[in-house]
This record gives sequence, C-alpha cells and structure tokens, in this order.
Amino acid sequence: MLLVVEQFLNGLQFGLLLFLLAAGLTLVFGIMDFVNLAHGSLYMMGAYFAATFVAWTGSFVLGIILALGATLLLGIVLEFVALRHLYGRDHLDHVLATFGLILFFNDAVRLIWGPAGLALSLPAWLTVPIQIMPGIFYPAYRMAIIAVALAVALALYILVMRTRLGMLIRAGASNREMIGALGINIKLLYTLVFGLGAALAGLAGMMQAPILTVQIGMGENILILAFVIIVIGGIGSIRGAFLAAIFVGLIDTLGRAFLPDLLRHVLSASNASTAAPALSSMLIYLLMAMVLVVRPEGLFPANRR
Amino acid sequence: MADPLLCVENLVRRFGGIAATDNLSLDVHSGELHAIIGPNGAGKTTLISQLTGQLLPDAGSIRFAGRDITRLPAYRRSALGLARSFQITSLLPDFSALDNVALAAQAHDGHSFRFWGDARKEGHLRAAAVAALTRVGLERRADTLVSQLSHGEQRELELAVALATKPQLLLLDEPMAGLGVTESARMVHLLQELRREVTILLVEHDMDAVFALADRITVLVYGRVIASDVPAAIRGNAEVKRAYLGDAHAVTRHG
Amino acid sequence: MKVSVNVRNVVAALTVAGLLLLPLYTSLSGNTFALTLFTRIVIFALAAVSLNLIMGYGGMMSFGHAAYLGVGGYAVGILAFEGIGSGFIQWPVALAASALFALVIGALSLRTRGVYFIMITLAFAQIAYYIVSGLARYGGDDGLTIYKRSDFAGLIDLSNRVQFYYLCLACLFAGIYLVWRIVHSRFGLVVQGLRSNEARMQAIGFPVTRYRLVCFVISGTMCGLAGALLANNTDFVSPAVMFWTRSGDLMVMVILGGMGTLFGPVVGAIVYLVLEEFLSQLTEYWALIMGPLLLLIVLFGRGGIFGLLGRLNRG
Repeated sequence: MLLVVEQFLNGLQFGLLLFLLAAGLTLVFGIMDFVNLAHGSLYMMGAYFAATFVAWTGSFVLGIILALGATLLLGIVLEFVALRHLYGRDHLDHVLATFGLILFFNDAVRLIWGPAGLALSLPAWLTVPIQIMPGIFYPAYRMAIIAVALAVALALYILVMRTRLGMLIRAGASNREMIGALGINIKLLYTLVFGLGAALAGLAGMMQAPILTVQIGMGENILILAFVIIVIGGIGSIRGAFLAAIFVGLIDTLGRAFLPDLLRHVLSASNASTAAPALSSMLIYLLMAMVLVVRPEGLFPANRR
Repeated sequence: MADPLLCVENLVRRFGGIAATDNLSLDVHSGELHAIIGPNGAGKTTLISQLTGQLLPDAGSIRFAGRDITRLPAYRRSALGLARSFQITSLLPDFSALDNVALAAQAHDGHSFRFWGDARKEGHLRAAAVAALTRVGLERRADTLVSQLSHGEQRELELAVALATKPQLLLLDEPMAGLGVTESARMVHLLQELRREVTILLVEHDMDAVFALADRITVLVYGRVIASDVPAAIRGNAEVKRAYLGDAHAVTRHG
Repeated sequence: MKVSVNVRNVVAALTVAGLLLLPLYTSLSGNTFALTLFTRIVIFALAAVSLNLIMGYGGMMSFGHAAYLGVGGYAVGILAFEGIGSGFIQWPVALAASALFALVIGALSLRTRGVYFIMITLAFAQIAYYIVSGLARYGGDDGLTIYKRSDFAGLIDLSNRVQFYYLCLACLFAGIYLVWRIVHSRFGLVVQGLRSNEARMQAIGFPVTRYRLVCFVISGTMCGLAGALLANNTDFVSPAVMFWTRSGDLMVMVILGGMGTLFGPVVGAIVYLVLEEFLSQLTEYWALIMGPLLLLIVLFGRGGIFGLLGRLNRG
C-alpha cells in the first residue's frame, strides 16, 4: 500500500516535470508552428547551468534562479540569431535545423564541462522526508517539485487565460495572420514565447537534476516523451499537455514499478529482468499509437487553421 | 419524366451550433444546367462538399443515378460519374497541365498498381488528355507547369480535369471566381457548349452568367432552399430579392 | 525517359563512376580505410534512397525509418544466432519481415497526417527499439554479435571486402533503378500526385491510403535490405541502430541531398558521412561544426545539394 502511494506520487511528480517540458514545446509548436527538436538541449542546458551556478554560489536557490535566467537568455538568443528565420518554413526544415543544434549542444557541453556528467546535490533542508499521511513519508524535494510544478502550471494558466499576453498567445495559436494584422509586434511576441518555452524546459531539467541525472544527451530521451505528450494532448493545447503529461507520468512510473513483478509470474527471472524495462518504456509509445489510431488529431485538437 | 439524376433530400450539416445545411432538398434533372445562388455564408460550398463526399452530412440523403451515395467516400463518387471543380483552384502544381488531365483519365482506366511502364507513354491516356484540353482551349499549354499558368487558364484546366473523368454530372464551384471580363465570357461560352454533353450543377456569384446559362436556379439562404425555379420566376421572386438586397428597393432586370 | 545533359546529371554520373572505381583506387593506394568507409556509406545511401521514395516523392515524412535497418539486421542476426547461416534464407526473411512490419505500421500510421504522422512513425520505431532491447536471448541492449557473415554457397564471399562492397553497390544501383521506374510508372504518378494535392486526387477518383501503403511497404522492404547489409558489414546488430536519432540521420541525408531527386539521397549520404568522418578526424568536437553547418544549409540552401545544382543550371 505504501509502495503504491509512493509510486503514485512519483508518477505525479514525473508527470508534472514532463508537463513543464511539454508545455514549452506545445506553446512553440502551437504558436509559431515550429518543431523544435533542440528543446531537449535546452532542458539539458538548464541542468548544467544549475549544477554550475549552485556550485559557484554555494546556494541552491540562488543557483537555480541564476540558471533559470541563463536558460531564458539562451533561448532568446537562439531564437533571435537563428531560429526566427525558419518560421513559416516546412516542418522538415525545422527538423533538420534543430537536429543540427542537438549535435552542436551535445558537443559544446562536452567541450565546456567534459564527457562525464555533473552532480547537483541538495541542501539539507530539502532532503528530509515529510510525513504526508500517518506512517507515509515522502522526500521533501519531490514534494517541492510537485509544489513548484503545480505553481508554474497555475501561473501558466493565469498567464494564458487571464492576461493580455495570454490572449495574444491564444489568438496566435488559432490564427497567426490575424494578430499580425492587429498591429501587435509579432516578432517580440514570438521571441518571448520561445524564451518562456526555453525557461520551462530548463526548469524541468534543473528540477530533475538532483534526482536523475546531469549528462550529455539527456535531452534526447526525454524529448520524445514530450512530443508524445503534446501529440496525445493535442498540439497547442496546454490543458491537453497537462492532462496527457500526468497520465503519461503515472503510466510510465507505475509501469516501471509494477511490471517487473507482473512479468515474473509469466517469464523466467532473467527474461523478466531484461523484458521489464523494455516493456515499461514501450508502454508510452503504445499509448500514443493507440490514441492516434482512434483520434488522429490528438485528444484536444486545438487548431482551426 | 425520368428520375432526377441527383436527388438531395432533407440534408443537414451542423458545425457546432450552426446549421450550415438546414433541411436542404434539391433535384437536378439529367441534361439540365442547374445553378445554385445565394448570399455569402449561405452554405453553398458546404453543400458541394457533401455532394462530392469531402464532408459527410449529419442527416438526410443524397441519391445519384439511382444510387444512395450519402456516405460513399469521395473517390468512389468519381467512379460513378460525379466530377467537381474547386472554388479555390486545386490542381497538382508541380505537374504539367497535360499530366493533370492524364492522371484524371488514368483514374478511370483500371487500377494504377503498375510499377514498371512509363505512364506518360500510355497513348490512350495522353490522347484523352489532349482531347479534354482542346475542349477547353488549352491544348497549346499542355506542357506548361500548372504553377506557371494564369489564373484563368487554371480555372479552365480544372474544367478539363473534371471532363477527363467522363462525368455524368459536373459540379462546378464558382468557376468564374477571380476571372476578368474576357475570361468570364470565354468560360460562359465553354459552359454553353458543355451543357449539351453533360449535366451541370453550378454554384456561382456572377449573376450575368447564371441568368444566361441556367435552365433552373435554386436559391440558398442560411443553408435552406428558399426558391427553386426557372430564371424568370427567380428574378421576380420577392423573397429572393429580399435575401440578396434587403428590404430596400429591389433592383429588377427588365426583360 | 530522355536523359539530358545538365549539372545534376553530370554530378550523378561522376558519383556513379567514382563509386564504381573506388576499389581500384584503394587497392592501388593501399588505403583500405576508404573502402570500409564507403561500404558503410553505400549501405546508408540505399537506406536514404528508400526513405526518399516515401518522403521526397510520396510526401510521407516518416521519422521511424531506421526501424527497418533494425528489422533487417536482426533477421540476419537472429537467424545466424540460431544456426541458420545461409544468406538464401536470411535475406528473404529480412525482406519479408521488413515488408510485414511496414505493412502493419503503415496501415496504422497512414490514418494520420502531418506532424501526427511524423510522431506516430517515430513511436512505432521506438516500440521496435524497446522490443529488441527486451530480448535477453538476443543480447538485449548489448546487441548481438554475428560471427559469420551471410553464406551464399560460394556464389559470393561476403567476408571479402571488395566483393562485399560491389554487392552493396549493386544493391544500391538496383534500388535507384527500381525507384526510377516506379516514379515514372502509373503508381509513381499517383503517389506523387497524392503528395501534391490529396483532395484533388480523391476528387478525380483515387483512393488515398492503399497507394500510400504500398509505397510505404516497398520503401520499408528496401531499407530492410540495407539493414541486412549493415548487419553483415558491422558483424553486429544492436537496438541502437533503431534509435530515433538514427532515423534523424537518414532524414538529414535525404534532405541534405535534395528530396525527390533520384541521386539526391546518394549524394546526401556521401556528404553527410564523409563530412562526419572528416570533421571527427579534424577535431574531437566535430559536431560543433556539423551542427551549425546543417543549420546554415537549411537557412540558405533550399532543396538540398541537388536543389542548389538545379539552380546553377538555370542561372
């Protein structure tokens, strides 16, 4: 029972992390119609920046804030210098160009920080277990991730639904030409949206850093999960991304936790131990394939273009 | 009198809360040139899309040459003899005019699971294509890429492509759209010739052309038929005038 | 089908000549590394040619094409592991497996369009990747060593580098020829028409999915052959050959060379892999150059290399 609750929370936490990553991706895709494969690289840079700044400043919180700023800046520079020239081009051009960026970032990180990964250790006050229910303890840091991610999700909701900027974003998602015609500074809007997406990716990267990893190529594995999420949720839909991300996070975590035991009933121990992680990883893709077969435009298709 | 070639009964199509097609019934007789007119937003293109199978109706039925085609996929309707031209020119831009028409002929010449022979060397397909192009007056532009044809030529090519499928019924969605005076006159002349060979259902805004060509006119407003009669009767119909011109002084054409 | 003299055709002819004469050069100069490199390049060129059929001509942007490299490779590897070393059995199985895989994936994926199609093909490739990762018997993540290359009963010796190279080259040329004929055939015109304007093709009477599916299967089968060749070349097969970034590599080769041209994918594969090799000898951090290079090519070189050559012809 304890295990189920713990894994459920882990799944929720993973799902929220995925949401942060997917939200940026779906915003950029929905508004600028831009396929950004390098989104995973921004996630990686966030983690590397965080590990570096935390070590430099000696303060966890300060390090995170600086890293957020750095990732935001990186995103804006990237958009301004290179990527904005690709808006309106074929998706394939986006794929090719951002694929090149993935290669570039992986080697750049290797050059600057070396091939071995980095470690990001938690301050003492975040490592204590918190009692959430009688007899059930959950690590404070993971609670913090859930709290921060939910707060960001709420903030995004308020931004998109209740502010002028958000209104422009939603308008842009359904009709790009219109907002240009309204005299809004499109270029600035796009740059801001891209920056926001980059910051969200970086935040996801730095939040998972103490738990999972800070290493080269970490973006590639999680990037497809993010794409899976936005496809299931419907491209351009933040609400869809939220629901899909939670769903995916839960399925992935619970699958990994309980599938090996289930498999051991059917297969031999050694076969089960190789098959289990593979099957768990596959689950998400099977899910997406099933969704698309039934609803070829995702669960919440956002566009009316 | 024989059964109508096309029989639409109580067709309904909704988009969200709006009924773009609202209990629409319509007959097209074999051999006639039947025009559909109506103010913007009347649902003319929605109707055409349901007739060709691009859109499926929510209710009602469509019968063509005695068959119920209400839910038949678009490509099957073409095989039955229903051809269309598009309101916004829809051709294959990286192919030549001849290729466009030849492909239409190919679609009605057996299957295309042939992987080896050069399709452009199939004499009978090319001949049929040249014939259709000549019919619309584009034979000299046969080898030009569609992207390099003028707008008027593209509209004529749309017609040639439709003709190459040997249709019984030609559904034309605003063939005059975007044409200048000379080109429009050409198109009207062309349609006058074609009407002798094939039944035509025409959606148009150009009133001169409509009243010059049509045997019967159906008027659509907000997805509903408000009148369906010979041109003279439509001209005199008060409700039609109101729909187009409001309650102000009706403009009448004498003659 | 007339062949005219223009820049593109000259480049294509030179490429063919170069590839044919390569073993002569390597035996004269003693540079066997070039032969090894170009064997690999030729195999990937075949994979790129197969992808170009559905992407360039058919307009189907498949992000899971590397899966067929894996299916073909594992067919050879698994059969070899189980004691069946004859190429006469392994290779037809590789082709049949690839065809079946393409049929299933295509039937499901072709219900979608645009970026959804890209994603679902990617998903299926990842599923394949994880399936083989989970097969403990066949090495799982570590992969499967192939101790003996496919045996063709003395007809041809695959462990002889030169013979193997020419076999790969023959497969490549056969693939290009097949694509050439398909593209000009009735079938090919339909598939290209569907890329050009699907609604128009439906209106004149063509059913969309069945033609695309057949094209998809042909393409997957051809790539499965490349997979069988690749497994023989590396004497090894692992799930890594199917990871989505490898599909990305293939897409880059096709786009770089020029989509929808016959020789574009070949030139694309050559340039991409030679560049990768050259740059990695120049510096350990070759991607620092390759990455921005790809970006620049996208920004300024539309239509890939053959697109550029085509413009040179006119200007």
